[in-house]
Amino acid sequence: MSHSTSEPLPDYRTQDPAVAARFAKIKERPVVLEIDRLGRQFPGEHGPVTALRDISLQIHRREFVCVIGPSGCGKSTLIRIIAGLDDPTSGRMLVDGKETSGPCPERGMVFQGYTLFPWLTVKRNVMFGLEMDGMSSAQAESEARQWIDLVGLRKFAENYPHQLSGGMKQRVAIARALAPNPRVLLMDEPFGALDAQTRAQMQSHLLEIWRNVDVTILFITHDLDEAILLADRIVVLKAHPGEIQEIIEVPVPRPRSLAQLQSPEFQATRRRLDELIHPKVHAPSDHLPIVRLTQIGDDVE
Amino acid sequence: MSRPRWFAVRQDLSPSRRRLLGVCAFLLPLLLWSIVSYVPFIWHPNIKVTDAGDVSWMRPGLQFDRHEFAKEVAAAQSAGTRPPAGIRANPIYLPAPHDVGRALYTAFTTKPVLKGDLWLHESLAMSLKTIFWGFLISSAVGVPLGILCGAFVAASRLSEPFVDFVRYMPAPAFGALMVAVFGIHLEPKVAIIVIGTFFQQVLVVANTVRKVDGGLIEAAQTLGAKRSQLVLRVLLPASLPDLYNDLRILLGWAWTYLIVAEVVGVSSGITFFINQQAKYRNFDNVYAAILIIGFIGLATDQILAFFGQRFFAWKNPRSSRLRAFITRLFSRRDQPLPEGQP
Ligand SMILES: Nc1ncnc2c1ncn2[C@@H]1O[C@H](COP(=O)(O)OP(=O)(O)O)[C@@H](O)[C@H]1O
Ligand SMILES: [Mg+2]
Repeated sequence: MSHSTSEPLPDYRTQDPAVAARFAKIKERPVVLEIDRLGRQFPGEHGPVTALRDISLQIHRREFVCVIGPSGCGKSTLIRIIAGLDDPTSGRMLVDGKETSGPCPERGMVFQGYTLFPWLTVKRNVMFGLEMDGMSSAQAESEARQWIDLVGLRKFAENYPHQLSGGMKQRVAIARALAPNPRVLLMDEPFGALDAQTRAQMQSHLLEIWRNVDVTILFITHDLDEAILLADRIVVLKAHPGEIQEIIEVPVPRPRSLAQLQSPEFQATRRRLDELIHPKVHAPSDHLPIVRLTQIGDDVE
Repeated sequence: MSRPRWFAVRQDLSPSRRRLLGVCAFLLPLLLWSIVSYVPFIWHPNIKVTDAGDVSWMRPGLQFDRHEFAKEVAAAQSAGTRPPAGIRANPIYLPAPHDVGRALYTAFTTKPVLKGDLWLHESLAMSLKTIFWGFLISSAVGVPLGILCGAFVAASRLSEPFVDFVRYMPAPAFGALMVAVFGIHLEPKVAIIVIGTFFQQVLVVANTVRKVDGGLIEAAQTLGAKRSQLVLRVLLPASLPDLYNDLRILLGWAWTYLIVAEVVGVSSGITFFINQQAKYRNFDNVYAAILIIGFIGLATDQILAFFGQRFFAWKNPRSSRLRAFITRLFSRRDQPLPEGQP
């Protein structure tokens, strides 16, 4: 949150020409995923609860879109609907212009909890989607090997998931989701359970993979820096009901790296996200009503 | 650090302590049995007559209640006749450990009392055959049905209420019926075991399949798995280790039904042997036969557990000590086993 620069931050909407040109190019590409006034209600104790309302979004081919929002705002509900694992109560979803519903390998998914098949080796996990498609075992195996190489796990192809670290598991999950050549890769807080260092590594891995693979990514996170680092556009949701608050075009130029964390564009975007997600509350102080339980003079600060 | 405690909540013990306790688990009951058997002033409620004295109706070798015997002795003394003598003894239904130990061997070598009766090993083979067919038939239908119930709510709603209902009917209640339907030999006994295990099996298997992490199903769906693939390629392999353990436990149930099954129709197998021996008051043989059932049960269970560990290495990353032991046993002669191979 601290920025060392003394000069005022630029507006997060100002884009330098290269970035602006990039966005113009993205918008020329065909729309891969379109959701149109999507809504989802859950039955609650006191009548239906609206988890999502009127979500409309168009994602272009090979765009990287992050969805961010406070906990419970419906991020998971949204991505599960897009994956076909949940049904919307209103609205439509189109992939490549065709209305779809239900799970399908054209929309691959990476879950926060890895969900690797523990009885299969890394290689057979990655082969799973290919075999479901009816591909012969030999061909599936050679394709799986390419994906495993891509995520840098060649040495672990014959290992079982329980023998891998969290970051490695998530790389297998990414390879597994990418193997059937999805149009869209959906990721629900995929790095949420990883430690800070592994998480940073995985972020650059993911950018690398995205550069080399023809895939559009919709990525959910609650980490603001992660969203800015990865995304072309950031969809900010608000809670109760879950609605789109703003869609931000990230002005940070590509290729991205952690070194850009202190750049003015990054900081400006960061400040805007902070305003949206943690709005300034006026009156209440953030002191807890705690009675002093230590002796006078026994201070830790 | 101080020495680890023997009783710490949910803390594992060192291998040597575990082994020690495992041995004690068997030694303590044996010790108790030995004390009751060999220390004359503990329990021993009877007197075994060694010399009948002048009491006309006593015979050496017979046992009498201690207090009755004392009364006879007092009566004889006051009447001036020769009192009977005897030593303290336990009732005949509690033989001493060494008697049973000997019987474990001699039970196999004693000829059947009646011509046409079976030797102990033949009785055992008969029982094993009954168990085998009963459990096989039950599993062949019960496991697939259980998997269907675990996978499809419709299948579960259609069959489980009824299965749950029949489950509460004691299997032996079907004995007479089964004899009427299947005759008096092996078939009704197998049927009793099937009735005893099948209904439990369906419910247990269905529950195990239902416990499979829903996330795995969703992941498979996003990878394009269709309905049959979800069952055969996800639910089945995911629950297989637990199913295997369920079957191990249910096999133990089948053994308990064996004893009732074997008195249905023509009494047969190990139960017949036990009943015959009890009739002739060879209680050491009775104990030996019961112990043999225990040994067979424990051995099958351990062997199945061992293979379970090998089949489902992905489920139990910690290799078992038994497995390590057997690996070492064989690797002395053969090549050492390669690391991490399931
Ligand atoms: N299956 C469900 N049944 C009822 N309410 C649900 C269900 N799934 C999610 N919700 C509700 O919808 C809202 C959004 O949940 P979720 O999408 O998990 O939020 P997020 O992922 O942003 O933390 C929450 O208020 C939650 O209670
Ligand atoms: Mg969530």
